[in-house]
Amino acid sequence: MTAIIDYGVGNLFSLQSSFAAIGEKAVVTKSEAELRKADRLVLPGVGAFKDARLALKESGLEETVLDLVRSGKPLLGICLGMQLLFDRDYEDGVHEGLSLIRGEVRPISESIESGLKIPQIGWNSLIFRNRSTLFRYIREGDYVYFVHSYHATGCEECTTAVTEYGGLLTASVEKDNVFGCQFHPEKSGDVGLNILRAFVEVS
Amino acid sequence: MITKRIIPCLDVRDGRVVKGVNFEGIRDVSSPVELADYYSRCGADELVFYDITASAEGRAIFTDILRQAAEKVFIPLTVGGGINSIDDFDRVLKCGADKVSVNSGAIRNPSLVKEAALRYGSQCVVISADVKRVDGVFRVFAKGGRENTGLEAVRWISDCVKNGAGEVVLNSIDTDGVKKGFDLEMLRAVSDAVNVPVIASGGAGCIEDFVTLFKTLPRVDAGLAASIFHFGEVSIKTLKQELSRQGIPMRLI
Repeated sequence: MTAIIDYGVGNLFSLQSSFAAIGEKAVVTKSEAELRKADRLVLPGVGAFKDARLALKESGLEETVLDLVRSGKPLLGICLGMQLLFDRDYEDGVHEGLSLIRGEVRPISESIESGLKIPQIGWNSLIFRNRSTLFRYIREGDYVYFVHSYHATGCEECTTAVTEYGGLLTASVEKDNVFGCQFHPEKSGDVGLNILRAFVEVS
Repeated sequence: MITKRIIPCLDVRDGRVVKGVNFEGIRDVSSPVELADYYSRCGADELVFYDITASAEGRAIFTDILRQAAEKVFIPLTVGGGINSIDDFDRVLKCGADKVSVNSGAIRNPSLVKEAALRYGSQCVVISADVKRVDGVFRVFAKGGRENTGLEAVRWISDCVKNGAGEVVLNSIDTDGVKKGFDLEMLRAVSDAVNVPVIASGGAGCIEDFVTLFKTLPRVDAGLAASIFHFGEVSIKTLKQELSRQGIPMRLI
């Protein structure tokens, strides 16, 4: 069973449905007991980093999540949920992240040519970097759906894919049992479902 | 490289797709859920569900359909039609919409875009404008294109973007239904004025119209159409293959 951490940020209907589509039971939950019972965790998120971090803290679930992840439970952060995994973020000030993966979240404008639209919205292809267990069912060049204005930097050792948008942006990361996708696998058609399938198979 | 997007639009009334016709590989062409699934399998990059129901009962059916589509189709879903308040945003987002498109609601209530963008983020708020030339000036029309609001379109759309709209659907009333190509002049004026994605709507009649759109206006991000896809005049799969062959970045599946 997969637990989607419900800390009041974003709409989790599609995410839950996408797990159902690959035959995996997923619960959207605020319950500490359910997080402990789950085989793996998903940290979703949309909106501003600061608000999401605060919401996670106030949910009372942050310590539990960190505790479970340190004891080896797989965690997948999606979009803003991925950004929360890093040391700090520079959206509207400087904010501390969960420090599960070393690196910083910075505006994509610092990494791309000027004149491009921000946020990056749309389908872009994955350029593989370090080998990822999440990509066992997909191929390099496959397209996934992005909506973001910030991305992770200084995390080359953990980067498993980048994407080209007038410069290279971090698309996914992996460190031991911690995974992150900047894109939305639940909105990326069969490619996205295959990424979730691989995550579910991580033991 | 980021791709250009091809977006079919489904007008839904009382739980059925208006203008549904025959397709191979699909049993019930007027079922929005089946049609959405079919388009997704054909390579549609995104879907727009447009609620043209007038009654409260029809609205409840619509949200139910939306929920079923979101359970089955894993590409972005935009919902429009009858979005007049934050409650309407809430209603469709809870049922699986990723983006919400506002049209007349933003004309009646100028603060709606701002409020929605603050609450749900700009990525969620799409401004959809029906625009027509009146004495050589682009004007915004309301009520499905029947009423001239007098608002100058480029200015009004730019203001909506400043207020937080994250994408623009520009529907040219002048070219809509004519099937002689998108309104390049109007699209150029709007895409030069804003720095968010612009989705072209109105006028596509054949594959070549999409090629011309993306080659002439590289700042336009997506092409939206309804009947040419529904009637099978243009197949999404063939369209995307041809665009790709002509050098337009496309997601091929």
